Amino acid sequence: MTIPDLECTDLTKRFGDTSAVENVSFEVPPGSFFSILGPSGCGKTTIMRMIAGFLAPTSGDIRIKGRSVLDAPPNKRPVNMVFQHLALFPMMNIADNIGYGLRRQGVSKPEITRKVGEVLERIGLPDIGERKVDELSGGQKQRVAIARCMVLEPDVLLLDEPLGALDLKLREHMKIELKALQSAFDTTFVYITHDQSEALVMSDNIAVMNAGRFEQIGSARDLYYRPETPFVASFVGDSNRWRGRVVSVSGDNLRLRSESGLDLCGNSHGRPVSDGDEAEIFVRPEAIRLGRGEADIAHFDNRLSGRVTSLLFNGAASRILLRPDSGGEEIEVALPQSGEFAHLSRGDTVHVGWSSDQGNCFATETG
Amino acid sequence: MQAAHRLGFVLLLTPLLLWLSLLILIPHVDMFLVSLRERVGVGEYATSLANYRSFIDEPLYLWTFARTAVMSVMATALTLLIGFPVAYYIAKMARGRVRSALFLLCLVPFWVSELVRTFGWMILLRETGLFSSLLQWAGLVDGPVEMLYNDVAIMVGLVYTSMLFMVVPLVTTLDSLDDSVIEAGYDLGGSGPSILREIVIPHAMPGIVSGSIVVFMLSLGNYLTPIMLGGKDSLWFTELIYSQFIVRFNWELGAAFGFMLLILSSVIVWGTLRLTGQTLEKTMG
Repeated sequence: MTIPDLECTDLTKRFGDTSAVENVSFEVPPGSFFSILGPSGCGKTTIMRMIAGFLAPTSGDIRIKGRSVLDAPPNKRPVNMVFQHLALFPMMNIADNIGYGLRRQGVSKPEITRKVGEVLERIGLPDIGERKVDELSGGQKQRVAIARCMVLEPDVLLLDEPLGALDLKLREHMKIELKALQSAFDTTFVYITHDQSEALVMSDNIAVMNAGRFEQIGSARDLYYRPETPFVASFVGDSNRWRGRVVSVSGDNLRLRSESGLDLCGNSHGRPVSDGDEAEIFVRPEAIRLGRGEADIAHFDNRLSGRVTSLLFNGAASRILLRPDSGGEEIEVALPQSGEFAHLSRGDTVHVGWSSDQGNCFATETG
Repeated sequence: MQAAHRLGFVLLLTPLLLWLSLLILIPHVDMFLVSLRERVGVGEYATSLANYRSFIDEPLYLWTFARTAVMSVMATALTLLIGFPVAYYIAKMARGRVRSALFLLCLVPFWVSELVRTFGWMILLRETGLFSSLLQWAGLVDGPVEMLYNDVAIMVGLVYTSMLFMVVPLVTTLDSLDDSVIEAGYDLGGSGPSILREIVIPHAMPGIVSGSIVVFMLSLGNYLTPIMLGGKDSLWFTELIYSQFIVRFNWELGAAFGFMLLILSSVIVWGTLRLTGQTLEKTMG
């Protein structure tokens, strides 16, 4: 078995009485792209700063390539970090910025020039060595910040929401570019973000974090289709959520009567949910099939009809809001872009359905 | 509309122009003219460079001139050396209330007049003063020690008086240095001294230069501190100017001295700016 590049065991950090990170364990195999996804204030930056060495964990261990780094100060750790606002050195030109770490290692001048040239070549900006930091565009700065770390050939590269400051178009572009750079350098990336699409697009594995704990670690696909906790179900992607009481269970299939009076079929996917439990069902808008007539959705075990109350046009991600005839809260349904429903308007009656497999059910913790 | 606009502009500009012309331009022009006068008889004057010649011919004048310049440069360097860690602590390490409290502490000495502040130092340093008594009480010395009236006392006074003018610009520039830039330095393998040399000091350079210029000017033109702490023989150039004007009534020579001081400070400031690659716009803007 290969030794993971980065391994954290039972990592805990408390500030006074409040605990920012609570018993977090994970490992990142070599050459993979690992993301920590969570809302702001969930403790992901604290984890990052502990790995980089700017904070000492209250308890737990951090191992890089199998060796504990807890005793090493930040400047001696084989990890480098791309900061949220990049933190390029404005007093130096680009070549000096990238060469900074090499100079500190005592590499000879011609060797530094060669390595800096090489890495600039690799990020596709070969002729910018003499330029000043503020002469670069946002995307170029981004790449220089990564190059400045990568030239040191770290075991692990940490990225602290580096795309946050970019505008939307550039961010979309940089996502793809970051992923390409990661495979080009073949280095382990640990990326933290609150933006789920960044995490989903780029990562091999994602840890979803909430209130100092990891809720679930898995591939993007796992998190999206098989969330293990209600938090993951609601945080990753969008969901319609119903709360209610379970009325019957057979295997993983169950029926739930929602507080608003709807009868819903769901699936617990192996989680313990029993008869009479308070439970929640999450259904993704894009998992719901829209039909003109009842026949279109006859094969689904959840069927509803309702009136369109709003059309939320957003290009490919357009949705409609639907109020069920049988009462209850509005349901969000993805609008297919095949043209079939192009002329749908407010007040139209439509039929929707989804299979019980798509209704992820979680027992709500009572007490 | 256009006229009202112009009127507003003129009104805003007037105080500045009055200040510049009445208090700076006219006195200096007049002083320059006075310095070029030579008294040839009772109430008779001729234009000549005689005053400047007597400045150059008299070793004591030249010596005092050079000494004042060197001591001021030293005082500036010392203030920078002491002020930088103080400013760094205030800007980068202290948080919240501690920070404002420390800043206030730097300001407190300026609530009393310079005269009283200097007396404070005299109380501490004189023969019957606090330090002397303490040393005697501890048995380290046999008799009273006079710590006033020497160059060290002058230096202490100058550094003390100028500290605030060094700390304020330094805090301002250090404040604008993003903490993550320093962290990035550590992250990329930098050690404390190398980060100070390659990142913090280059960033703080405008503050260092502007603070140094102000402190240098203040020290060079200081009259009270050198006289009170250095005594009658302190040999400070401002003292020479004072005695020419007030004691000897030789306004012509006094004016020439004044001009020499102006030239000296201009040359040194210009030299410092050239040497550090800074411009006046960058440091003062």
